[in-house]
Amino acid sequence: MSATLEEILAQALQQLRDAQDLNQLDLVRVHHLGKKGLFTLQMKKLGTLDPEQRRAAGQVINQAKDQFQQQLEAKKDLLENAALAARLAGEGIDVTLPGRGQAVAGLHPVTTTLRRISKIFASVGFQVVEGPEIEDDYHNFGALNIPAHHPARAMHDTFYFDAHTVLRTHTSPVQIRVMESEQPPLKVIAPGRVYRCDSDITHTPMFHQVEGFLVDTDVSFADLKGVVYEFLRAFFEKDIQVRFRPSYFPFTEPSAEVDIECVMCGGEGCRVCSHTGWLEVMGCGMIHPEVFKAVNIDSETYSGFAFGMGVERLAMLRYGINDLRLFFENDLKFLEQFK
Amino acid sequence: MQISEAWLREYVNPAITTEQLVEQLTMAGLEVDSVTPAAAVFSGVVIGEVLAMEQHPDADRLRICQVTVGEADPLQIVCGASNVRVGLRIPAALIGAVLPGDFKIKKSKLRGVESYGMLCSEKELGLAADANGLMELAADAPVGVDIRDYLSLNDNIIEVDLTPNRADCLSVEGIAREVAVLNKMDWSITPAETASVSHTNILNVSVTATDACPRYLGRLIKGVNPKAETPLWMQERLRRSGVRSLSAVVDVTNYVLIELGQPLHAFDAAKLTGSINVRYAQTDESVALLNGQTIKLDNETLVIADDKQALALAGVMGGSESAVSDETQDVFLECAFFSPQSIAGKARNYGLHTDSSHRFERGVDPTLQERAIERATQLIVDIAGGSVGTITDVTTASALPQRSAVLLRKQRLEKTLGINLADAQVVDIFQRLGMSVQTLPDGWSVTPPGCRFDIAIEADLIEEIARIVGYNNLPNSSLLMRSELGKATEAVLDLDRAKDLLVDRGYQEAITYSFVDEDIQQAVAPDDNIVRLKNPISADLSVMRTTLWCGLLKAALHNTNRQQNRVRFFETGLRFINKDGDMQQQKMLSGLALGSAYSEQWGVATRKVDFFDVKADVQALFSLTGTNAQFIPAKHPALHPGQTAEILSLQGEKIGWLGMLHPTLEKQLGFDTQVFLFELDQDLLLNKQIPKFKPLSKYPSVRRDIALIVKEEVAASDIVNCIKDGAGQTLQEIVIFDIYRGKGVEEGSKSVALSLILQDFSQTLTDSEIDAIFSGLLETLTTKINAKLRD
Repeated sequence: MSATLEEILAQALQQLRDAQDLNQLDLVRVHHLGKKGLFTLQMKKLGTLDPEQRRAAGQVINQAKDQFQQQLEAKKDLLENAALAARLAGEGIDVTLPGRGQAVAGLHPVTTTLRRISKIFASVGFQVVEGPEIEDDYHNFGALNIPAHHPARAMHDTFYFDAHTVLRTHTSPVQIRVMESEQPPLKVIAPGRVYRCDSDITHTPMFHQVEGFLVDTDVSFADLKGVVYEFLRAFFEKDIQVRFRPSYFPFTEPSAEVDIECVMCGGEGCRVCSHTGWLEVMGCGMIHPEVFKAVNIDSETYSGFAFGMGVERLAMLRYGINDLRLFFENDLKFLEQFK
Repeated sequence: MQISEAWLREYVNPAITTEQLVEQLTMAGLEVDSVTPAAAVFSGVVIGEVLAMEQHPDADRLRICQVTVGEADPLQIVCGASNVRVGLRIPAALIGAVLPGDFKIKKSKLRGVESYGMLCSEKELGLAADANGLMELAADAPVGVDIRDYLSLNDNIIEVDLTPNRADCLSVEGIAREVAVLNKMDWSITPAETASVSHTNILNVSVTATDACPRYLGRLIKGVNPKAETPLWMQERLRRSGVRSLSAVVDVTNYVLIELGQPLHAFDAAKLTGSINVRYAQTDESVALLNGQTIKLDNETLVIADDKQALALAGVMGGSESAVSDETQDVFLECAFFSPQSIAGKARNYGLHTDSSHRFERGVDPTLQERAIERATQLIVDIAGGSVGTITDVTTASALPQRSAVLLRKQRLEKTLGINLADAQVVDIFQRLGMSVQTLPDGWSVTPPGCRFDIAIEADLIEEIARIVGYNNLPNSSLLMRSELGKATEAVLDLDRAKDLLVDRGYQEAITYSFVDEDIQQAVAPDDNIVRLKNPISADLSVMRTTLWCGLLKAALHNTNRQQNRVRFFETGLRFINKDGDMQQQKMLSGLALGSAYSEQWGVATRKVDFFDVKADVQALFSLTGTNAQFIPAKHPALHPGQTAEILSLQGEKIGWLGMLHPTLEKQLGFDTQVFLFELDQDLLLNKQIPKFKPLSKYPSVRRDIALIVKEEVAASDIVNCIKDGAGQTLQEIVIFDIYRGKGVEEGSKSVALSLILQDFSQTLTDSEIDAIFSGLLETLTTKINAKLRD
């Protein structure tokens, strides 16, 4: 004799309670609700009853089936939550272990410094221009109002290839090259490597400079002072003291050296500033009429200023580096500090 | 240049401290490098005289002296110096004196004899590095006076770093003139006394090179005392100016050089033959110089000669054969103006640099010679006696530098400096600077004095005004300039982006010297024509690099020698190649990797970096610009023959190289691990195509995998190119996902598994269409590269 609906339901509910995991639960579901499931068979049997009974019996079966399904869902939720809890418990990791993969390296501090300088000047429309490092003596000296045998040439300790070909001793030749090919107004900075035949604790035979110049009508010494002043404050991100001292460069007149208040001691006087409280950071001046003449720019109509700064020097002051030679040893322990 | 502050203040003495004076000079463009006390700190030392002296009973080398220091009773002082003698005046340190080095003088007993002080040498007072005995003072040195006052030791040595344009300040007088201007003090030059002439002998002087020597003054001074001692005050001033005292006559010429800025030279008249001639040297003529060097001259070098030979390098250095000595009685004094052009560069050409050449090449005041020779005469006669002859003056007036008037427009002055100045102030500044000023309706006509070689154009005058007003008293204006919109070039990738990519992929940027060791250069790129420096700083930095690998390899070694076992570097910069005499400068980007592929980390087996790791980095660079670079098996002298790719653009342009450092070089250079290198031409690398939109297909794509057996020598790129050629329009992508060698694949062959993604733009591909494509493809692969489908 076949089991009664009550018995089937009771057993089904019991099996639901007994189910240990989702697989067992699914077997229970199929056993009762599948094509040949016990409830399904019950429904199929309805066909043998007469229509009157069929309706009432159908209702009873549906009620039992609903009850089973409710319990099934509830048990399913329970088991799923348990399974998730178990999975979560098993998948714990030590999040303090380091991540894997390629580590990020860094730029050379000279590059970082050059980028900052360029960014500051680019923000007011200066264009970045590069020039050759092997130069002819005309662009490196002659056009810059430094004739042969001029004492200023001696200050430059030039590397020669032949009598008229040199490694550029400064980035100023770029000024000439730009003015030869373009007409004012001009706003240019020229970063790059420069070379001097000098090597000791404070000199390396190669270093970097940024030359900057501006040519337009009505450019004054006051504009030069303003630009240099604002640049230095932007570069050091500090309201530092700046002073201008008369100096001499053959390619500018008037010429100035620019000092900033010592960033190491705040102007109190220390070893870095030779106890003067000041640090020399750049040279500048109004472009010399002879230079304009060499590039066929009319110095009555146009005037301009130029400035030049040593990049390593600025980097040393910015980051507190105490030995120039470290820049070109490329020791990873040094370079890795500048990320 | 270094000068004594006390000497300067003798000329002009503003009521300001040393600190203020130094600040003033610096801010006027005469940069003060240092200020050092003229003497070390000491106290309690006075002038004493040895009255009596006896031998110490118990010590051969000690003497017991009775020394008066001006008090009633003499002091008993035990002394060991060999030059101590009765009547000698010496510095005596009293009890309680403190000598340099905080050495306190106390009453003491030397071998049982009491001593109440110490007699001092120059060394003990910190005045000299060495001494042979006591410091001997003049016989008239005032006993009892503090030695610091007597020697004016309370003085500072001011070191001024002068720019080459300020030749006028290469003297005490020149700096004094400047200080007077800055402090608005009255000041004028002190005229020299004219010596009274007491004999009529002259030495004939002729000047052949009149352009180079527009003025030559000579004078014979006869019968000077060769043993005359330079007075202490002069020795001290010379010492404080950094000049060593030599002999009275030479000291006088040096003294006048520092005082007035005029170099002079003294010849021993007895050593001269005939007359003096100023001329250019003859080719191959030589001269023996005072410094012991004999140099061969060229015919552009100006010399002072007598009838026999060249005597001196004019304006640079005297000769040893005609030099004054401790036997010289007759002196021929030379005081000339040599033009800067004739001296400039000469000393340097011969490897010389002297106080004289330094001044002449920058410009000596052409009006100064008479005053200077009179001043020197006066000093020589004062110190060493002698009878003075007349001055022989050979001046070519037309060759002397002319000071012409320079025009300064008021409007230009104001426009350049951005400031309005009172006319009277402008005139006052120029006049104080020794310039003569003529006021014009719209400006001034200004004539500089003889000592100023740096005032030739309007801008020079503007600088003088700015300098004296003070740069920091001039206005600053904010940046008010016309601006234009910037450029945003898209067809060229910004180099910074490429650098950032390498940084992000673990490459540290390096910057290495552009000149390298020729040995490394030869080893790495023996076929390149190098550019050689004429005057390298050292043998290991003598040639320009033709590849950035030279520097990167050296930088890597620096680190592997310091326990770094993983190095990844890149550098950007120029390489220099000599192409038929033309020095080509090419922008490159290069990299190096050695050690493990990833830094040591947990959960990943450590493995060494290989060709494909680095290739991925290089390809990442290309993907920044969307460049389809080809990697072609090739040979490079620095690289492993089996692991080298030359990188070409699709058009065949040579972009660069990638490969493993040749094992022979690896060993030769001192690496103990494999090194991978790449170098790319920046211009070609950064060349970018501006993207052009292609419509997307609406139809699904199909992936098919195939495995092909090919011979070992068939390169992956051969297979890929063959498929690209044969598959037609629908092929979208090819991925090589496996390479297999071993069981099932015969020796000498390999299995390459690829997946192909196909997609059509007008329809969904049917199976039969795909089959048709593949059978066509297989046919091509079989004919072209003899590939077989793997079963």
